[in-house]
Amino acid sequence: MRFVDEFRDPDGARSVAEAIAATVTRPWTIMEICGGQTHAIVRYGIDHMLPDTISLLHGPGCPVCVTPAGIIDAACTLASQPEVILCSFGDMLRVPGHEQSLLTARTGGADVRMVYSPLDAVTLARENPTREIVFLAIGFETTAPTSAMAVLHAERDGLTNFSLLSSHVLVPPAMRQLLADPTNKVQGFLAAGHVCAVSGYRDYHAIPQRFGIPIVVTGFEPLDILQGILLCVRQLEENRADVENQYRRAVRHTGNRYAQAAVEQVFKVQGQAWRGIGWIEDSGLALRSRFALFDALNRFTEVHVSPERETACISGEVLRGVCKPDDCPMFGNLCTLEHPLGATMVSSEGACAAYYRYRRVSGAA
Amino acid sequence: MMSRPGSHGSCPVPVHSAERIEIGHGGGGKLTQRLIDTVFRPAFAVSDEDLTCDSAAIGRSEFELAFTTDAYVVQPLFFPGGNIGSLAIFGTVNDLAMSGARALAISAAFVIEEGFAVTDLNRIVETMRDAASRAGVRIVAGDTKVVERGKADGVYIATSGIGEIGSRALIRPQEVRVGDAVIVSGDIGRHGMAVMAARESLGFEPPIESDCAPLFGPVSALIDGGIELHCLRDCTRGGLATALIEIARCADVTIAIEQTKIPVSGPVRGACEILGIDPLYVANEGRFTAIVAGGDAERALSILQRHDDAAAIIGMVGERDGSTDAKIRTIGRTRALDLQTGEQLPRIC
Repeated sequence: MRFVDEFRDPDGARSVAEAIAATVTRPWTIMEICGGQTHAIVRYGIDHMLPDTISLLHGPGCPVCVTPAGIIDAACTLASQPEVILCSFGDMLRVPGHEQSLLTARTGGADVRMVYSPLDAVTLARENPTREIVFLAIGFETTAPTSAMAVLHAERDGLTNFSLLSSHVLVPPAMRQLLADPTNKVQGFLAAGHVCAVSGYRDYHAIPQRFGIPIVVTGFEPLDILQGILLCVRQLEENRADVENQYRRAVRHTGNRYAQAAVEQVFKVQGQAWRGIGWIEDSGLALRSRFALFDALNRFTEVHVSPERETACISGEVLRGVCKPDDCPMFGNLCTLEHPLGATMVSSEGACAAYYRYRRVSGAA
Repeated sequence: MMSRPGSHGSCPVPVHSAERIEIGHGGGGKLTQRLIDTVFRPAFAVSDEDLTCDSAAIGRSEFELAFTTDAYVVQPLFFPGGNIGSLAIFGTVNDLAMSGARALAISAAFVIEEGFAVTDLNRIVETMRDAASRAGVRIVAGDTKVVERGKADGVYIATSGIGEIGSRALIRPQEVRVGDAVIVSGDIGRHGMAVMAARESLGFEPPIESDCAPLFGPVSALIDGGIELHCLRDCTRGGLATALIEIARCADVTIAIEQTKIPVSGPVRGACEILGIDPLYVANEGRFTAIVAGGDAERALSILQRHDDAAAIIGMVGERDGSTDAKIRTIGRTRALDLQTGEQLPRIC
C-alpha cells in the first residue's frame, strides 16, 4: 500500500533507530502528542528500538480521553429524552461519564447511534423531521472542520432539528500549559501530524521561541515516528529549538485553509475543561452566537454539563506525561479493558489501553 | 385481507398475498403450507416423504458423525459476496469441516419478521440452495416462525448440520504440538469489512466482497494429501486472532505469528486503516487456520495455495511461557494477542 508499506519496513525502521543511537549523547525526554502515535509506538515496539537514553512520554492528544465526563453525562441525559437521537463517533460510545456510557444508555432504551461523520447526523436530521438529532462533537483540530460543515449544511438546508453538543479542543494551548507547569519533563515534542494537516504549523513557532524546545510535526507509521524522533534528537543535541516537518507527504505549513475557514466561521475560541487535566484557557471551541440554534445546550436548557468529580484514576497524570500507565497501582488488575476506571483505558487511542493491549509480552524481535 | 371465492357466509380464510410475510405464514395453516410449497420446497428440493414426517431420515454412515448448530443474525441481510442464506449454509458446513467432517445434511429454521418481502425470502432460499449444492450437502428439514413487525430484523436463520468424519486422525486443539506450523488458508478480513461497508454505506473502491465459501474442499485436500493435520479452526467472529488464542488456550501452548506474513488484501487493509480496525480481529466466512506438523508445513501450504494463492505459513507453536496464549512479532518487539473487548468500533480520527 503506497505511503504505508514503505513506512512499516522493518529494515528501514532499524536503520533510523541506528541513526538515533549514533546521534544521541545524553538522556532526552520527548513527548508524542497524539494517542494514535502512542498506539503505533507501543503496537510496533518503537520504544524498544530506541537507546535507553531516550524516554518517550505520552501526551494529551487522545480526543476521547480528554472529553470531560460531564459532557458524556449531558449526552446520556439528552439521549434518554424520547424525541432525541444522539449520534457520535464509534469509540466515543464506550467512554464512561460519571454514571454511564452512551452504550449503557442505549441498553436502557436511549436512541444512540454511531456515525462516521457529523454530516451523517445532518442526513439523519433531514430524514427524521419529527426527531431532535444531537451530535456529540468531540475531538481536536482534525474533527472540528466536519462539525463546522455539519452546522453550515444544517443551516443551508433550514433544518431546525439538528444541534451539536460541542466539546472540541485545540492542541497548542495544551502544549503551552504542559510546558509552563513546573513539574514538566518534556524536552521535545512530536506534534500530531493529522492535526497539523488541518491547522498547519504556523502557530507552533511561538512555542520553541518561548520555551526553547523543539517541535517536529510527525506522522503515525513506525518510520514516521522514528524519523520524527531522529529530527527531534538532532535539534536537542545541537541545542536548537525549531519547528520541523517530518510528515511532508501530508502536512503543509499553512494547513488546510478551507477547513480552517469553516471552523472560524462556526466556532469561537474559549476556555475548556479537559478530562483529567482541568481548565485550559483558549483551548476549546464554542458555537458562535449566530449559530445558537444549533447549540444543544442552548436548545435543551434543562441539560447541564456537570463538573468533574474526584476519581482514583490517574489518567490526568498520564495525559500530562507525569507518569506512565503501568505506574498506576490499579493498572492491569483493578483497571482493565474489560473494567476500565478511566478514559485512557477505555479509548481506542488511550495510553493505558495501548499499554494493556500491547505491552503484556516483552522481548525484542 | 382477501377471502376465498365462494366462501361467503363462512369464516374468511386468508389467502397468500405473495408479496409480504404475514403473521399467518407462521401459523401452521394454509399460508404456511403455501409458503413451503412456493418458497422452500422448490428451492430445497425436499422429498414428499420428508414433508410427511417430523424428522428426516438421512441414511447410515460407517464413519464417526459430527454435529453442529448455529444461528445467523446479520445486517444487512444482503452484502457483496453473499447474504444471510449463504452465510448460514457455509457457516454450518465449515463448522463441520473444522472437525474434518464432510457435511451430509442441514436443517434450517427461519424466524421472519411480519412484512418481510417474499421476493427477498426467495432470494435468500435460492442462495441457500446454490450454497448447499456447491458444498455438496442436502437441506432436509426446516421450520418457519413469523414474529410481529418490529420484533425481529428481517430474517434470522438457525441451522444445524450433521457430517461424517472420514479421517481416522483426530483433528482438535488438544492434538497441537510444540513445533507445529500455523497456516492461514487465504487473506483475512474480507467478510467483516464487506458487511461493515454495506451496513454503513461506506462505498470503498474497489468494493470489498465477503469471502463466504465452503471450506471442506481445501480441508479434504489436506487430509487426502496425507498432511499430519492437528487442528483446524475457521476464523469467523473474532477473526484470526481469536481463533489462535482459543487454540493456544485449549492446547496449553503458545502460538507465535509474524505480522509481515499475514495475508491481507489491499482494499481490506485500506478500509481497516481508515477505520482504525485491526484486520486480525475482523470476521471471515471462508478462511481457516490449520495447525500442521512442522515437517508437513511446506507441503500443506502448497496444497492450500491450489485453492487460494494467498494461503501462508504465518507462525509456529511454541512452549507455554506463562505470560500469554498467542503473540505477534512486529517491527520492534513481540506483543501479546488478546481477546477483543466487545465490538471493534471505528476510531474518531
